[in-house]
Order: sequence, then C-alpha cells, then structure tokens
Amino acid sequence: MQFLQSVLLRLCTTLITLAGVAVIVFFVIRVVPGNPIAMMLPPGATEADVARLTALYGLDKSIPQQFLIWVSGVLQGDFGTSITTKQPVLQLVLSRLPATLELSVMALIIAVILGGFMALTGTRLRGSKTEAAIDVGNGMALSVPDFLWGLILILTFGVLIPIFHISGRVTPSLPLPFTTNFYLTESVLRLRFDLWLDIAAHMFMPALALAIPLAAIIGQLLKQSLKETMHLDYVTLARTKGYSETHVILREALPNAILPTLTLVGVQFTFLIGGTVIIERLFSYEGLGNMAIDAVINRDLPLIQGIVILFAVIFTGVNLLVDLTYAALNPRLRHA
Amino acid sequence: MSFLSIRNLSARLKGRPDQILRRVSLEVAAGEVRGLVGESGAGKSMIGKAILGTLPQSVEITGGQIILDGTDLLSLPTAQRRTLIGAKCALIPQDPLTALNPSRRIGPQITNRLVDILHWTRADAEKRARDLLAEVQIPDPERVMRSYPHELSGGMRQRILIASAFAAEPKLIIADEPTTALDVTVQKQILKLIAAMQARHGTALLFVTHDLGVVSKVCQSLSVLYAGYVLEDSTIPDFFHTPKHPYSRALLAATPKYTDPDGSLTPVSDAVIAATRAEVEAADRSAHV
Ligand SMILES: Nc1ncnc2c1ncn2[C@@H]1O[C@H](COP(=O)(O)OP(=O)(O)O)[C@@H](O)[C@H]1O
Ligand SMILES: [Mg+2]
Repeated sequence: MQFLQSVLLRLCTTLITLAGVAVIVFFVIRVVPGNPIAMMLPPGATEADVARLTALYGLDKSIPQQFLIWVSGVLQGDFGTSITTKQPVLQLVLSRLPATLELSVMALIIAVILGGFMALTGTRLRGSKTEAAIDVGNGMALSVPDFLWGLILILTFGVLIPIFHISGRVTPSLPLPFTTNFYLTESVLRLRFDLWLDIAAHMFMPALALAIPLAAIIGQLLKQSLKETMHLDYVTLARTKGYSETHVILREALPNAILPTLTLVGVQFTFLIGGTVIIERLFSYEGLGNMAIDAVINRDLPLIQGIVILFAVIFTGVNLLVDLTYAALNPRLRHA
Repeated sequence: MSFLSIRNLSARLKGRPDQILRRVSLEVAAGEVRGLVGESGAGKSMIGKAILGTLPQSVEITGGQIILDGTDLLSLPTAQRRTLIGAKCALIPQDPLTALNPSRRIGPQITNRLVDILHWTRADAEKRARDLLAEVQIPDPERVMRSYPHELSGGMRQRILIASAFAAEPKLIIADEPTTALDVTVQKQILKLIAAMQARHGTALLFVTHDLGVVSKVCQSLSVLYAGYVLEDSTIPDFFHTPKHPYSRALLAATPKYTDPDGSLTPVSDAVIAATRAEVEAADRSAHV
C-alpha cells in the first residue's frame, strides 16, 4: 500500500519535472540567436518567402502563443514537424531512439561487467599488487572523460591497429532485413549472427568509450562497499562454515554490498546517455545524439524540443526504475 | 590426545613488536567445556579467530601450532584449512544482531552449508533446521525460517545462531561471549540453552567470557588469559577452591558469588595488575633469549 503510494508520488514528481524541462527548453532555444528559416532558404530568397515560411511554422506568433500551440499538440501526441527534413518530429525521433538505446545499454553492460570484475578481483586479492594495479587503473579511467576515451580508442583501434569499425552503425553495403530500428536486438531474434557481429563491431568502440569512466566508478564504489562488508560478522561466520573465499564474496557480501552501487549506477547511467551526444558524433553513429547536434546546428526548433523531451523522459524513467529495483532488492524496504 | 590442542601460539600486529598472543597453550578434550576468561582486550577473541582462521589481516601468527583432531591447521593451505574447520568446528558469535545476513531468510542461513558443502538434500536440510529450531525452543520454526533477520528479536536470533552452530554436528564449538550483547533477562536463558545443547550433543565447547560466574556454571576447566598470556590452567573445582595465580585470586574476589550474589567485592588492585604485567614481560624476555 505504502509502496504503491510512493510509486504514485514519484510519477507525479516525474510529470512535474518533464513539464519544467519542456518550458525551459522551449523558451531558451527561442532566446538564443539564429533563425531557422533563414538557414533553410537558398541565397537570394525574398522577404516574402521568409515571411511565408515563418508563418507556416508558426514562428510569427508570440513565444507564449507558440508554446500553447506546441503543448496542446504534444498532449495529443503531435510534436510538430522538423523544419529541416519536413518530417514529423515524433517519427524522426523514434526512428533514431533505438540506436541510442542499444548503444547506451551496451555501454552499461560493458561498464557493469568491467567494473564488477575489477571490484570482485580487487576484493578477492585484497592487499596484493593486483589490487594496487586495479586502483591505479580505476583512477586513470576516471580522470579521462568519455569523449577523450573515444578519441584514444579511434586512434588505437581504428587507426593504429584497425580491428574495429569506428564509424557508422552498420556496414552500409549490407542489405538489412530489419523491420524495427533495434538492429542489434533484431539481428539476434532473426538469428542473423553475421549481421549481429557487424553491428556489434561498430557499436563496441563508442560503447567502450562511454563505458570506461562508468566502469571505473562502479569498480571503485563496489570494491569499497565490498571491503566494508567483508569485515561484517555474518561474512566471517560464513567463512567458518567451510565456504571458499570466492563464494563468501559472491554470495554473502555482494548482495548486501551492491545496493549503494546500484543507486549510483542509475544516476551515472543518465550521465552516460547524455554522453552519447558527443560520442555518437565522434563515431558518426546514427543515433539520437547525433541528430540532436544536427538539429541545434540547423536551429530546427521543433526537433530540438522533441529530442530534449525524449531525453528527459528517458532520464526520469531510468531514475524511477532504479528506485523500484532498490526497493525490490532490499527486504527491509520491501516490508516497510 | 585432546581434540583441540594449541601449543605456544604467538601472534602480533603485522610489522609491530606488540604481542597479541604470547606462547598460548591450551587443550580442549572431546566433549569438554573449557572456559577462556580474561579482561576485555586480553586476546580471547583472537584465540577463537586463530582457531577458525578468521584473524584480521593486520594480525599475523608468529609461531606455534593449532592441532585440531590431529592436524596442524597452520600447516594447511587456506582452502583445505577452511574445509576442515567447516566440517569440525562452529562458532556461536558475540553479537546476534550482526551475525545473520540481513538480505537472506533464516532458513537458508541454516540449511545452505548442509546442502552446498555437506551435499544433503534440501528437504533433509530443512527438516534438520526445523528440528534444531524446535530444540532451541523457537515457537513456530516454519514461520521463523521464512523470516528475515530484522523481523526477529536479539534473543531469537541468538537461538537461531546456536541452532545453526549445531546443524552440521561439529566436534568443537567456539562461543565468543555469546550473551554479552543480549538483554540481561535473556542472558540466563541463552546460557542454559547452550549448556543443555552441549550436554545433549556432546560437543566440545570453548567458552569465551569475561564472567567467572558464568564459567562456574557452564565449564569443566578454564584458562585465564592476561595480555595474551595464559596465567593459569585449571579444572573448575581447583580454580574456585585453590586458585594458583594472584591475578586469579584477585579476579575471584572481584566476581559476585553464585551462592552470595550480594556479597562484598574487591576490584582487582593496581598492585596485582602491575605484578602480573611484570611477570608476562619477564616471561617474554626469557622466551626471546
Ligand atoms: N582488527 C584488529 N586489528 C588489530 N588489533 C586488534 C584487532 N582487534 C583486536 N585487536 C587487539 O588485539 C588484542 C586482543 O583483542 P581481543 O582478542 O578482541 O580481546 P578480547 O579478549 O576482549 O576478546 C587487543 O589488544 C586489541 O586491541
Ligand atoms: Mg572479544
């Protein structure tokens, strides 16, 4: 009952957040100089042409008026029309969303595997040189931001030892049988592992660049929590029962040590999604982030709005999911 | 040959000269209950941890042997030592509030080792857990096995830990001040329960406490520890009638009598402590030449 209440409360605050984001974005991008109409007309267009197009996109009205029109559209599922491509914003955005989601989730999985491995190895080999090396590695991974990792990876595995693709989402010459834009997921479902391999090889470098800093954060925090947990009495008691140290770490300590990391991963995952904007650009990956940069360059106001709203929905959704998972994993909260 | 035999066990903080254990020797025969007494910080818990292989990383053993059922534990590789300890020993910990895994139900906390390590069937292990919980007088064992630790009182949890300690029929149980963290009202019941369980199962027990009154009720023999040094090793009747060491005598005078709980008490005097400390240090020096 109480649980349901808190979920409803979270949903309400989520809606308020989204409304706030909508207002801020809408007004900010209209205050910033730059005229989308002027940018889309060929040189030599007349004043009349400009006025006609401005009216067509409703940009001649006052900003509050434009806002009301836009909001009433959004509430009916109409996010307007992109100025540059003339296509419905919703359709454009949804067509790019799967690419970004797959990239982010892949990065998250890599980060969890890498970070978890670091933390567990460091805990298992407490006090050894390996633990010290892991600490140093984590520190280095943390002090370099994701886009620099992107450049480093491009130089290393794209130029020096070219074993991974560093541009695009899939080799353009390949015929794609897909009906959705979840290429990676769909290639598995269709058992087209040849395509899966090509797509994964394209995705791996940008995903790794996004993952490295998060992996370091996970590695550090989880190792710290594990270290504290390993001193607790119930862990010691498990040791006296004849379990191996590895079992003690994985089965006794980990389930309790993982909660703080889980919360942090939720927050950091939203940062990671934010990082896709630059990383997708760097790797010419056709996702939402890349589209966002184009939209900003072209002053495509409806498209920018649509993308920002979608990002905001994803961010708040991730946070909600983390809170629910946290409650589900912690018996003390579940029963409260 | 005793079931557990500790010989000249020394330990210190890594890289520091301070001794935590000084050539400790003590024996626990099969089925015997031995008390291990001493003031707080004397090193009682360290002896228990040394036997069970759970010493903190900052502590290193510098000499001696811990012979469990004929095998010197310190000569075994860690994995083998753990298996041996898991099969033959168990611990009743000091603080029942922290000794149960907060995210796991009680049932698996008792049964898992039986299934994972001793390869019992899940059903057998669960029956065993139910029987033991009933034996430690827990009402409604079924419900308790489905509970999480935070849903149970401290006394209940200590009963569960006692049941769990007996689950694999160990030959030796180490009880490290098993009642100090509990309410005074529950302490006596838990003490009685441990004594009754020990008698019924015939398990040897190393009973760590700072309370001589408890020792007189539960144990057959005792070792008195001071600053990691065994001052006296006696049977209970001998100790209470003719304590050998001045520190033991002072300790007895400082303990409320079972027969006369309101009688006058004298705290251990500074003179006795100083003399004892000097003796321990002298013994240290003579051992080093
Ligand atoms: N984790 C630890 N690291 C270093 N020294 C410790 C640690 N725990 C206890 N000690 C020291 O070891 C000595 C013995 O402690 P302990 O065996 O816990 O005493 P007690 O007889 O009260 O059980 C004490 O001097 C204590 O300060
Ligand atoms: Mg102690």
